[in-house]
Amino acid sequence: MSDKLIIGGHEFTSRFILGSGKYDPELIRAAVEHAGAQIITLALRRVNSFSGNILEHIPEGVTLLPNTSGARNAEEAVKIAKLAREAGCGEFIKIEVIHDSKYLLPDNYETAKACEMLAKEGFIPMPYMYPDLNAARDMVNAGAAAIMPLAAPIGSNQGQATQSFIRILIEEIDLPIIVDAGIGKPSQACEAMEMGAAAIMANTAIATAGNIVEMAEAFRHAIIAGRTAYLAGTGRVLDRASASSPLTGFLQE
Amino acid sequence: MDHKEEMEMNEEIGIREVEENQARSDHMKYLPDMEILSDSDIQEKVIRAMEDYDYTRYTASDVKRALEKEYLSPDDFGALLSPAAEPFLEQMARRATEETQKHFGNSVLLFTPLYISNYCENYCIYCGFNCKNKIRRAKLDEDGIRREMEAIAKTGMEEVLILTGESKKMSDVKYIGRACEIAHEYFKNVGVEVYPMNTDEYAYIHKCGADYVTVFQETYDSERYEQLHLAGHKRVFPYRLNAQERAVRGGMRGVAFAALLGLSDFRKDAFAVGNHAYLIQRKYPHAEISFSCPRLRPIINNDKINPKDVHEKQLLQVMCAYRIFMPFAGITISTRERAGFRDHVIGMCATKISAGVSTGIGSHVEGDEGEGDSQFEISDGRSLAEVIEAIKGRGLQPVLNDYVFI
Repeated sequence: MSDKLIIGGHEFTSRFILGSGKYDPELIRAAVEHAGAQIITLALRRVNSFSGNILEHIPEGVTLLPNTSGARNAEEAVKIAKLAREAGCGEFIKIEVIHDSKYLLPDNYETAKACEMLAKEGFIPMPYMYPDLNAARDMVNAGAAAIMPLAAPIGSNQGQATQSFIRILIEEIDLPIIVDAGIGKPSQACEAMEMGAAAIMANTAIATAGNIVEMAEAFRHAIIAGRTAYLAGTGRVLDRASASSPLTGFLQE
Repeated sequence: MDHKEEMEMNEEIGIREVEENQARSDHMKYLPDMEILSDSDIQEKVIRAMEDYDYTRYTASDVKRALEKEYLSPDDFGALLSPAAEPFLEQMARRATEETQKHFGNSVLLFTPLYISNYCENYCIYCGFNCKNKIRRAKLDEDGIRREMEAIAKTGMEEVLILTGESKKMSDVKYIGRACEIAHEYFKNVGVEVYPMNTDEYAYIHKCGADYVTVFQETYDSERYEQLHLAGHKRVFPYRLNAQERAVRGGMRGVAFAALLGLSDFRKDAFAVGNHAYLIQRKYPHAEISFSCPRLRPIINNDKINPKDVHEKQLLQVMCAYRIFMPFAGITISTRERAGFRDHVIGMCATKISAGVSTGIGSHVEGDEGEGDSQFEISDGRSLAEVIEAIKGRGLQPVLNDYVFI
């Protein structure tokens, strides 16, 4: 197994990351045991509960990825990241800066700022962002360890509504591109992986499935299938039909 | 007593009280200490839209069209609140459940209200705390607040909503701020449901640890409002209506909206509530929006008060309409409703439920009868542990906290 996902110098063999949102011990178990997750996102605001330490539900060997959900600007993201580190959540931090309660769209400008501030504080920042190439470059320059573009509005299960733009990020950015938010079905996860995404983050799709365990399994297979296809080099898929009699056939030697 | 008689009974209460109080102040006029948001047009827009809202003009096809849309306009919301939508309640419940799952998964948040004072200067004829109602009045001092909070925190509760009767004299801003500071020691999430304040006062309360403000407008029908709120600060209709905007400007993270269903034309009131929240969210996109859906309840010395034409079916219609119109908004279900109703609406439209509720003063400490009487009679007296079990029993996940104070 030489195909590894490397984020901030850490190596992972799984390319499925469990998102936060609908946290549940049962979901964590299914994600680790059946989807093979090695990274689990946790919202600090949920960790931060008196009743039972959520961290106890995290199986050994699994890397925690606390997020800054609840932050409305870069300063708040930094505060939350520091609280997460104090709570024993490690150096990884998924930056989420949102000040739109309707669509929950991330603010790329504040996110890039937070990225820079957190990298300077010794964190491994993984920014959740709207797939914009210029913003992604700013985040890379600010010290991001991976870029996490959204596929569709969070929780919408719409699949890759932003596919063309994520494709550009995959082409142009040298860091792992982890597709986050909006992946509703294993087929959509497979499609993103086939296109060259480094990993998939999902939560709602599994959390709200009829059978959590089976859906977790399905995601694992889909991600492996997509990754394998990407590595194999997908056959030429033509955008246009090829003309049977070439336009240049009249040329003489 | 049949439905018609019930309605007449309520009307009669209103009229009698009105007649007793001839010389009443202008309810549209701000008092000297009240801040005016002269740059805001939200009130004007809410009232105009409500006046223009004619729910009799909607047809079944308007309702179907609204239900097929991904993002609904205020007019679609109006269709869902109309009588034409009643035959579509099942479809609305299904769509609402889908939206709730999409935006909140299986989570159901828990909280408890804590009444720290029931002194009130307002004369609202339907409310048990009203200043003319002969009830036992009480106000908790710092130790009392601490004792109550300790007792609640012991049950495992992590979110508290601090309530007072509306008396700025008996429970001033400092007193409420101090209660928030103490609450901040015992709870992760602190909200207030107190008299409306000015922006700088909200900013102060926020600094003391509260991040959420609930203000019930009761009714958006200004004439009816005038008949029901006969005296006190609360009589000033526009000051109350603009409370949420001042709270957001004061730095509060979230604001909650409600009309007390049954006071006036509930369809128009619900339409105004939704529109008000919609306009605040558009103007302040970061503000977290939530709804409460209270219906009138019997009070001490008046067990005849009832929610008139808002039966469970209509209440559910309103709740589903809120959910489908603003799928990202929180919806709180009150203990005014019976356990069987509450247990079914969580996961469908409601995202937050209270537990271990007492609406009296000082009654959370064990063996304590309480010092002050309650605001209204509750219908669901279950403890936190019992409500948690009920949530789990419905395949949902009880969540005690989903918030961090920054």
